Amino acid sequence: MSLVYGSEMHRFQSGERHFAFLVPSSMVLELDPESRGILDRLGDGPQPVDTLAATPTAGEALKELAQLGAVGREGAPLIPLSQPLTPQSPPPLSTLVLNVTNSCNLSCRYCYEYGDDRLEKKAESAAMTEETARQSVETLIAESGANKKLQLTFFGGETLLNWKVLKPTMEYARRRATEEGKFIDFALTTNATLLTSEIIRFLADNHVGVMVSIDGPPELQDAMRVFSNGRGSYDLIAPKIKELLRVHRSRPIGARVTLTSAGIDVPGIFRHLTEELGFFEVGFAPVTSSTGQDYAIDGAGFDKILEQFRQLADEYVRGALEDRYVGFANLSDMLGEIHQGVAKSYACGAGLGLLGVAPGGEVGLCHRFVGSGDHDFGNVATGIDNSKRVEHLEKAHIDKRTDCRTCWVRSLCAGGCYHEAQVRYGDRFHPNLHYCDWIRSWTALGLEVYGTLLDKNPAFLDRFDERKAV
Amino acid sequence: MKHLAPRNRKAEAVVEWLEAEQGEVVALQNSPPPHYPPGCTTVFSPGWEVDTAGGTAGLCQPVERDLYDCYKTCYWPAQVPDYLNNNPDWHSACASATRDWRKIDLVFP
Repeated sequence: MSLVYGSEMHRFQSGERHFAFLVPSSMVLELDPESRGILDRLGDGPQPVDTLAATPTAGEALKELAQLGAVGREGAPLIPLSQPLTPQSPPPLSTLVLNVTNSCNLSCRYCYEYGDDRLEKKAESAAMTEETARQSVETLIAESGANKKLQLTFFGGETLLNWKVLKPTMEYARRRATEEGKFIDFALTTNATLLTSEIIRFLADNHVGVMVSIDGPPELQDAMRVFSNGRGSYDLIAPKIKELLRVHRSRPIGARVTLTSAGIDVPGIFRHLTEELGFFEVGFAPVTSSTGQDYAIDGAGFDKILEQFRQLADEYVRGALEDRYVGFANLSDMLGEIHQGVAKSYACGAGLGLLGVAPGGEVGLCHRFVGSGDHDFGNVATGIDNSKRVEHLEKAHIDKRTDCRTCWVRSLCAGGCYHEAQVRYGDRFHPNLHYCDWIRSWTALGLEVYGTLLDKNPAFLDRFDERKAV
Repeated sequence: MKHLAPRNRKAEAVVEWLEAEQGEVVALQNSPPPHYPPGCTTVFSPGWEVDTAGGTAGLCQPVERDLYDCYKTCYWPAQVPDYLNNNPDWHSACASATRDWRKIDLVFP
C-alpha cells in the first residue's frame, strides 16, 4: 500500500487560525481542522493512504494537500514546484552599483572597505571618472535586454566625495534611458557628512533614493563612525539629516544601522532615528567581520539582537493593527518576501540582475566585491564577461549547497551574503552557517507576525504587493 | 479548494492555476450556477422525462427534429451550416422541422 509523507513546511498560528509555510514553494496556506489533522498525523512519519483518507472529507483534504505539494506519495515524482535550475545564459541586468569612489572622509573602524576585514585589493583609481560612469550607464542599458525599469545605485567610499561625477552621470543616464525607451531610477548611500542644501535639492528634484549610514544616538554613532582624528561625526550630521528629511519628500528615506558589540540597543536606536531624527525606515545589520574582531558580535549578542527585534516587531504589529506604519525595514523586507511568496534559488541578486562596478571600471559580483582581483567579471570599457556570471550562478545555486538542503528557510535565505561568506570562510559559495539558527528564529518570528496580520488586519498586507524583494 | 485557503500571492497564483488547469465539477443546480461555455446547453431535448417546455408534449420527436437541436441548442454534436455569417437563411423554407424538413437547402462550401 502506498505511503503518504508530509512535505517540508513550517506551521504557525494566530489565535485559532492555523497556517503552513511550504518549502520550497514559499506558499502560505490556511489549514482547516481536517487538513490540519492529516498533517498532525504525518508528523509521526509516513502513513498509508487508506488510514489518512478514511472518510470522504478526509480524502478530499488529502487530495488538496497533495495538489499543493504539502504531502507527497512515497516513490512518486515531486510535483513541479521546486526552484528553477541554473539559467543557461545570465539574465538581463536591471541594476548596476557604482563604487564612485573608494575614499571616505570617515574612518569607521569596522568598515569592510578600509578596516581590518577588507578583501585584498589590487591597485585601482580611487575616484570614478565621468567617462567610466558613462560607460557604466551604457553597459547597464546594453545588458538590460527587455527590462524597462533600470536602477543605478551609487556606493562608496563616501559617494558625495565624488558629487562632481554623480550629478552629470544622473543627468546623462536619464537622457540615455529615455532615448532607449527605458526608465532609470537612482539611489545612493551616504554618511551624510557632506550633504549641502544644493545637493539635497538636487536629490529631491530627481527622486533619488537616499540611504543614510548612521549607527544611532551620539554615544553609538561616535563610538565607531569617526573621522581619522578620532572625532565623532554625530554633531556634524544631525542637522544635515534633519534638513534632508525636511526637504527631500519625493522618496521615503531610510537609515542603515551597523550593529556592533559597542552597543546593542535596537529599540533605543530605532526610536532615536525615527522619532528624533525623523527617518521613515530603519534597517539593522550586524557588522560583517572575521572572527576575533573586538567589535564582532558573539553568540550572546545575536541572542540579544533577536530578542530586541522581537520587541520591535511587537511594536510593529501594534502599529499595523491601527494602520500605522512602524518603519522597521528588516521586518518589512521579510513580510514583503513572505507576502509575495519569494522562493530564491540564489541568496541575492548579485550576478543575477545586479553587478557592481569599481571606480576604475572593473565589474564585480556586487559593490562589496569590486576591484578585489580574482572576483572580476570584466570591465565597463571592454564589456562584461558573462561566462563568469554563468560560472557564478552554477556554483551559487541553492541546490549546490548541501548544508542548506534540509533547512526550512532555504527558499528565503538561500545561504546568505556572498561577501559575508568570503570574509568569514574565505569562500563566497560557503553558506553562512554561523547565523543559521538566528535566521530560522527570525524567519519564524516574521511568519508569526504575518499570521497575526492575516488574522487581524489582512488589508495591511496589500502594501507589500509593491515592495521590492531584497 | 475547500480545506486549504491560499494566504499569500504565490499560493493564490498556484491555486488559481490548478483550478484553471483541472476545473471543478459543479452540479447545475448549485447556486450560484456555474459558467458554461457558449455552444453547450442546459436544455435537454428531445426530452427524457420532460421536453424543453417542461411538459411531455414534445417528447419522442422524429429524428428530423434533431437537426434544430444541432443548430441552436446543441443537443447533438453534428455539423450544421454556419448560420451566423454565411448561411443565415439555410432553413428559411423550413418553418416546422417535422412537416417541412424536406425543404431544407443543402449548403455547398
